Order: sequence, then structure tokens, then C-alpha cells
Amino acid sequence: MEYEIVIGMEIHVELQTKSKIFCSCPTEFGQDENTHVCPICLGMPGVLPVLNEKVVEYATMAGLALNCEIAHFSKMDRKNYFYPDLPKAYQTSQFDLPICTGGLVEIEVDGVKKDIGITRIHIEEDAGKLLHESADGSLVDVNRCGVPLIEIVTEPDMRSAEEARVFAEKVRNILEYTGVSDCKMQEGSMRFDVNLSIMEKGAKEYGTRTEMKNLNSFRSLVRAVAYESKRQIIELKKGHRIIQETRKWDDTKGVSSSLRSKEEAHDYRYFPEPDLVPIVLDEAYIEAMKKALPELPEAKKTRYIEEYQLPEYDAGVLTASGVTARFFEETVALYNEPKQISNWLMVEVPPLLKELELSMEEIPLKPTQLAELLELVKDGTISGSIGKKVLSDVFKTGQNPKVIVEKEGLAQMSDTGELEGIIEEIVKNQPKSIEDIKAGNEKAYGFLTGQVMKATKGQANPQVANEIIRKVVAKYL
Amino acid sequence: MALTKKTLHEISDLLNKKEVTVQEVTQSVIDQIDAVENKTQAYLKLETEQALETARTLDETLKSRDRKNVLEGIPYGLKDNMCTKGILTTCASKMLYNFIPPYDAHVYERLMVDGGILLGKTNMDEFAMGSSTENSAYQVTKNPWDLSKVPGGSSGGSAVAVAADMAYFSLGSDTGGSIRQPASFCGVVGLKPTYGLVSRYGLVAFASSLDQIGPFTKDVEDCALVLNAIAGHDKKDSTSLNIDKKDYTVGLKDGVKGMKIGVAKAFFGQGLLPEVRQKLEEAIALYKEMGAEIVDVSFEYLDYALSAYYMISSAEASSNLARYDGIRYGFRAEEFDGLVDLYRKTRSQGFGSEVKRRIMLGTYALSSGYYDAYYKKAMQVRTLIKTDFDEVFKNCDVLLTPTSPTTAFGIGEKTSNPLEMYLSDIYTVPVNIAGIPGISIPCGLDQQGLPIGMQLLGSVLSEEKLLQAAWAFENESGYKNMKAPLGEEA
Ligand SMILES: [Zn+2]
Repeated sequence: MEYEIVIGMEIHVELQTKSKIFCSCPTEFGQDENTHVCPICLGMPGVLPVLNEKVVEYATMAGLALNCEIAHFSKMDRKNYFYPDLPKAYQTSQFDLPICTGGLVEIEVDGVKKDIGITRIHIEEDAGKLLHESADGSLVDVNRCGVPLIEIVTEPDMRSAEEARVFAEKVRNILEYTGVSDCKMQEGSMRFDVNLSIMEKGAKEYGTRTEMKNLNSFRSLVRAVAYESKRQIIELKKGHRIIQETRKWDDTKGVSSSLRSKEEAHDYRYFPEPDLVPIVLDEAYIEAMKKALPELPEAKKTRYIEEYQLPEYDAGVLTASGVTARFFEETVALYNEPKQISNWLMVEVPPLLKELELSMEEIPLKPTQLAELLELVKDGTISGSIGKKVLSDVFKTGQNPKVIVEKEGLAQMSDTGELEGIIEEIVKNQPKSIEDIKAGNEKAYGFLTGQVMKATKGQANPQVANEIIRKVVAKYL
Repeated sequence: MALTKKTLHEISDLLNKKEVTVQEVTQSVIDQIDAVENKTQAYLKLETEQALETARTLDETLKSRDRKNVLEGIPYGLKDNMCTKGILTTCASKMLYNFIPPYDAHVYERLMVDGGILLGKTNMDEFAMGSSTENSAYQVTKNPWDLSKVPGGSSGGSAVAVAADMAYFSLGSDTGGSIRQPASFCGVVGLKPTYGLVSRYGLVAFASSLDQIGPFTKDVEDCALVLNAIAGHDKKDSTSLNIDKKDYTVGLKDGVKGMKIGVAKAFFGQGLLPEVRQKLEEAIALYKEMGAEIVDVSFEYLDYALSAYYMISSAEASSNLARYDGIRYGFRAEEFDGLVDLYRKTRSQGFGSEVKRRIMLGTYALSSGYYDAYYKKAMQVRTLIKTDFDEVFKNCDVLLTPTSPTTAFGIGEKTSNPLEMYLSDIYTVPVNIAGIPGISIPCGLDQQGLPIGMQLLGSVLSEEKLLQAAWAFENESGYKNMKAPLGEEA
């Protein structure tokens, strides 16, 4: 029997607002515990929330970027449950009237295009974090409480781990473009919950699904889907039934395990949040948000092909991340050689980032520095290979290419006088090469050029060196 | 007449004329507290020393300038569910026995700006749930008209503080009648403003969509003056109405000639004490005499108001009170085994039985499978009752009703029968459901000498009209600044 994997996703994305969703505390990540708190996000008695308008703006932009309908009327609800990281003992979220509904994202896997439906996007607040689980008990860090989130819920439209990954990456890319989130997975700004079930290929009804929560990298997303689909297929083959449950993905062990069954699921007792008024958005507001939306990846890719005459592949790679695209565009503005910039960004930059364990967001290179470097290569001050070394130095020292070239004396030797002296010396010490040339072996010239480059540590201008070598060798012939 | 017996506006006049000092005024109230508070138990926490200190400083300042405000230098009391920075705020609950807020309620901030002098925090039913102030975890407040009677609730302490001249005014909160019913039982004026007129920021929530802060005063004019101070938009409360400030004393004394006063059968039903009915009828007659037009109006859905109220208020309370879990502040059970046990023991020991009853009721009403039958249905009833009131106010300016079916009942009389206790709010609850304003003013005494309250209701933001109608009655009937026997003794 052939099986089909059915995947739906819930994606939690932290919005990049300066302040929290209901108070004016900053949202900055990585601060000391419980320093970004106030009576409101601590849920103290008598305090009241005020909805941050930026949150509505960002949620609207995210919805528009993911082709959703924006609701003219939506409201906040309370989701009630007890946990020490939730000071109010309810999460303010949206239940039956979310801000966005009915979107779609087109993905392409193995050359096949496919639409993934977005059921809804709603606004909610993040919870805090529990720390130091030990025998003495746990501590609570409330800094993250009230950081605004959107939750994107998809239709069960994905059929493989690859589709899930491509979809997740595409959503990340789009949201990053809109600027509503930094989508930093390592900081938990983007987290995935995966709903997965198995059905017979071509079946009309979905199988029983399980949910895996809080996958925080594309890698664990792919691994978790692969593991869970395999597990379910094995169960089904054994004739077992799949139990509807929430499962926990252990990324270190690479296995999922049962967290709680459907019967143990919380009854969240949702009801309308009485402390907030409904969110009412008119057509003019939605239109203004549409206008404020930046160019999205698809449009940008098309423009790169047309405007910069880049190959589709290049355009795809450069626009796959907003940060890369921005870097590219800023460099092109300074140095109008799109294809050359593209080559360096796609080929030379990634290994350097990898070596320093940095992401593109953290790149130590500035567009001005890359433009300066490429100018130096173009005008022959340095060779391409020296250029690569200079690039690496910029990464490590942050100094400008011109400074590095000067300090390290890396400019090409085009001074024929100095070069002649070096070459006379080399040719004198390589009688074997002269013999080879006499015997008609032209390759010996190449050997001599190599020796010159070696002696000059690559700084000799190869063209100039070649001319001088031929001149000097001629004396021996 | 002793200073303490005077109204706020009378004291304000004396202060303006510099016939008394703020210290004399404050000291006289403190003397009164010293004399009667041991009998009434209205205050949970007194701040008398701080009050005197403030009075001293203010007198110094007032040597070189005039009073800037009618409330400047006036001592008042605050219900203990309004947050006061640096001052214990317990909601009369063991759960918050040690809670000192690091922030102020908006109303407290307003009163501080105007120069009011806080005397202390007043007793209440725990988390404002109750109609007799017997649900306080700390003390039972007595009615100054008869110490064996309850003062009403939940703002019983604030009502008694004013009735027994232990404050010139006080603030209470009203979720289903918690200002108007105790005002009625204690013979003072109590106003529940339109929902959203006064900011709820810093008011410890019972039922967010129903809670509203309002004043207790000795007469209607004082009520208008205090409302002037506390009403107005606050950006910290999203449900606060964004409207211009008004002066509620303008037109206060314009009378009721030509005003349409509605009377509805639904408010004169079963359980209404004959003496209360009689006084209400006398009031209607007086209004007629004063030139008002009495019109009959009717309701279709009022019978469902009390049930809807208990569903909605308990549902919201179950969520609002979930934060008291022993994790961050307040009471925590001493011994527990793990997280769930910490929650269970803390909440079992920290809350009183009425609070637990409401939390359970509310949790049930919101539970999956019951939501549609209870909470959702109650919200639909709420809409119908609003529509009912909208229709009624097309035909009259003000609706006249009893505040409570009875006068003050005996301490302990209804504690074992919650449903009977709930019926005490049957005439006040629909007002919160509809979000409209309501005022309770005295309209006589029963045969036992206990005050009877009359309630005037109006459409949303009709406070001016209510105050105008209330002032006319008060002025004509003479039921004004009535003195409880306890107050006389002192
Ligand atoms: Zn905060």
C-alpha cells in the first residue's frame, strides 16, 4: 500500500515592534532576567492592557504579504490556562475572529509549483520562560511575556518534509522582507508546530493527526517530519491506530515522544477579552498598509532578471533572503557590475560566513567595502586571487580593502624595473626551463610565470610578468 | 453643627473663606473615626498620620495662595480594591494580605492631583463579590443606622465611612450594585457612572465588562463634584470613553419641570418590601408635584438579567482571579508538593467561599460543551436587555426604581443562602448589564428607622440628567445628609 503524508503547520512569529503588545516595555532579546517588565506584563492586580497599534499594523502587513483577507472587524480573546510563565493565567489571543483569513503561498519543489493555503493569522502575546529546573524549583523570566506574536495557521496542504521546509523558508523570507519580524530562529523569533497524519494515497479522508510543538529550525522541522511520518506509517502497517496527541520532538535524540493525549488537552475556555475593544480596520487603512508593503521576493526576483540581466539562478539566490538582497542592491548602487557582485556574494561570501559562524544578518562586510574591493580588482590594483584574500581580511579585521592592500603591500607589481630584476634572477637559476623552451616546450613559460608569482607572493601583474619573461628568455635563446 | 456633619461643598466653602483650616477639618474627621470606627469597622487600613501630615503641608501652602480645587484638602476614603502605591491593597482577601502595589489607580491619581486627602482604605466583600460586606476576610462592617444590620455591599466600608461622617466622600466600585445598594442601606448618595466614564486602571478587576468606579457622598451636589474629579478619558484603559470633560454641577438645580420620569412594573415585583414600595410611591407623587411627567414604561427581558449577570460576571471573574496563584505576589500556601499542588492549596486557602463559588460557576459557564448554553446565551440576553433600555429611554428621560427590594438586613441573616443574597441586587444588576448610569439617593426610612433608597436610571452618559432629577428630589423631600443614630451619638 502506498501512503501519503499530510502536513499542516502553525508558525509562531515574534513581531519586531520596539515595545510589547500591551505595555511600553522593550522587546529586546537577551537581556538580564526580569528587567524588561512592568506591572502590566507582570499581570499585577488592576492593571489593564492597551493594544500596541504597531502590532495591528505588522499583522496586517504579514497578512497582505501572504495574500490574506484582512478582517474589518476582529477581536481579542482570552485563552485561559495555568502555568508559571503566564502571569495573568490567560494568554490574550484571537479565537473566532482573527485579523487575517484565507491566504496562500506558492512553493516550488523539484520544478513543480503548488499553492499552500493559509487558514488564518491571528495576533497574540508570547509567554515568559522557566529557568533552572532543579530540585529547588524553577525560576521564571518574564522578559518575553507580552512580546507580540502572530500565529500563521496553514491548511493541511503539504505532502512531504521537503514541501514543509520550502514552505517554511518561503514564509520566513516573505516576513523578513516585510520587516515585521527578524525571523531569527536561534532566538525563537520563529517557531513551528507541525500537524501530521498519514492516509492512503488518493484517499479522501485524512488520517488521525499528531502535533509536534516548538520546532525551532528548518533542520529539526525536516527531521521531525521524517521521523514522525515514518513512525506513523510503521504503526499503520502493524495495524495499529494513530492516537491523536501532542508529541514532543527531541532534537538531540532525533525522536518524538508523547506529551499529552487529546483527553488530557487543556480546555482553554476562550471568551472575548473584556479589557480591550474590537479591532476595526477600514478599507483606507488596509489600502495604506498595502502601499507601505515593500517589494516582495517574487517581484524582486523578476526585477533582478530584467533590470540587472542576472541569470534566474542568481536572482533566486540573491532574493532568497531580504538581507542578501538588500546587501546586493546597496553594493550595485555603488558599483554597477551586478553579475560580478552576484558572483562574489554567492561564491566568496558564504564560506567566510561559515568559517566565522555568522549569519548573513551578522555579516561584518559592508556594501561600501565590497564595492571598493571590486573596484581595486577591476582597475588592476590587485588580482582576483589577492582580492579573495583581502575579502577574508575585511571579514576578520573590519578594515577597508584599500587600507588592507596598502598595509600589507598587496598591490600588484607593475613596476617593470623591479620585476625585471626578479625575473632576471629567476631565469638565471632555471637553466632547465631554457633548455625546455629551446626544445620547443612552451609550457616552460608557464612554469617561469608561476615562479615569478611565487617570488612576488602573487603581487606581480601576470600580464606584465609574462612580457618581461619572454624578453629575458629571448636573451638566452 | 460639628464639622464632620457638613457636606463636602459646605466644608469647601468654609475652607475657601479660610474659616477653618485643612488640619481642623482633617482632625475632626479623625476624631470621629476614633469615636465610632471601633463600632462600625468601616476601614481596613487607616492612613491618619499621613493625612494629618498632608493637611499640615497644605495649610502652609494655602497661606500664600487660594485653593485651586473644590476637593483640595478634603479627607476621603477609598475602597480597598483600588491600588494605592506604597499602601496595602488587599481587596479584603487573604490572597492579597501583603500586597503593596507599585502603582496607583487612575482615580487615586486624579484625587491626589486635585488635592484630596486619603484617610484610609475601606472594607468590602472579598474581591467585591457580595451584597453585605460580610465576605471580607478581615472584619464585618456594621450599619451605623443599626449595628446589628449589614451596610450592604460590596462597597460597605465606603458607604459607612460617609454615612458615619468618617469621610466627606469615598469611592466604591459597582459591578452589579455594589455602590448603589450599600448607599441605599446606609442612607447616602451613591452613583454608578456609565461604563467607561471613569477609568478602571488600577481597580482590581472582578468582572471587567461590568465594573465601574463611582462616588459615595452626603448629598447630590457633592456627588456631582466628585464625579467632576474622577470622570474622563484615560489612555491606560482601552474601554474608557474618549469624551470631553464636563462640569456636572451645571444645570444641577434646574428642576424637573417637564422631565419625563418612567416607572416600570418590572421593578416593583415580588419580594419588594411594602414600606419600600410606599416610599417609592411617595417619591413618584412628589416628582409629579414638582412638574415632572410620570410615564409607564415596560421591559421584555428584565427577568433574565440576574441570571445573565451571574453568568457573565462569574465567567470574567474566573479568568480575572486566575492570576492569584501564589507564584509572584500575595498569599502562598506554606506546604505543597509540586506545582499543581501549590496552585491548589494556595487558591483553596487564599480565597473565601463566595469567591470560590463564583470562580467555579464561571469556569463551568466557559467550559467547552457549556459555553453556548451559558456564557454565550448570557451575552445574548445582555444585548436584549440593552435594547430593552434603549426602547424605554425613547419614552422617558429618567427611570425611577427602588435600589434594593429591602432595607438593610441582619448580619448573618443571608450568609447561608447565597441565592437570597443575590436577590438583593435584582434592581441594580440590569444597569451594569446595560452599561448605563444609575444613582441611589435616600427617599425615607422604614419603620425600624433604616434608610430606603431610590434608584434613578438614565441612558448612556445621561449623568447630568440623573443628578438634576436626584437634586430636585433631595431638595424638595428633605431626605438630605441624613444622620445615622451612631453619627448622632458621637
Ligand atoms: Zn511591561
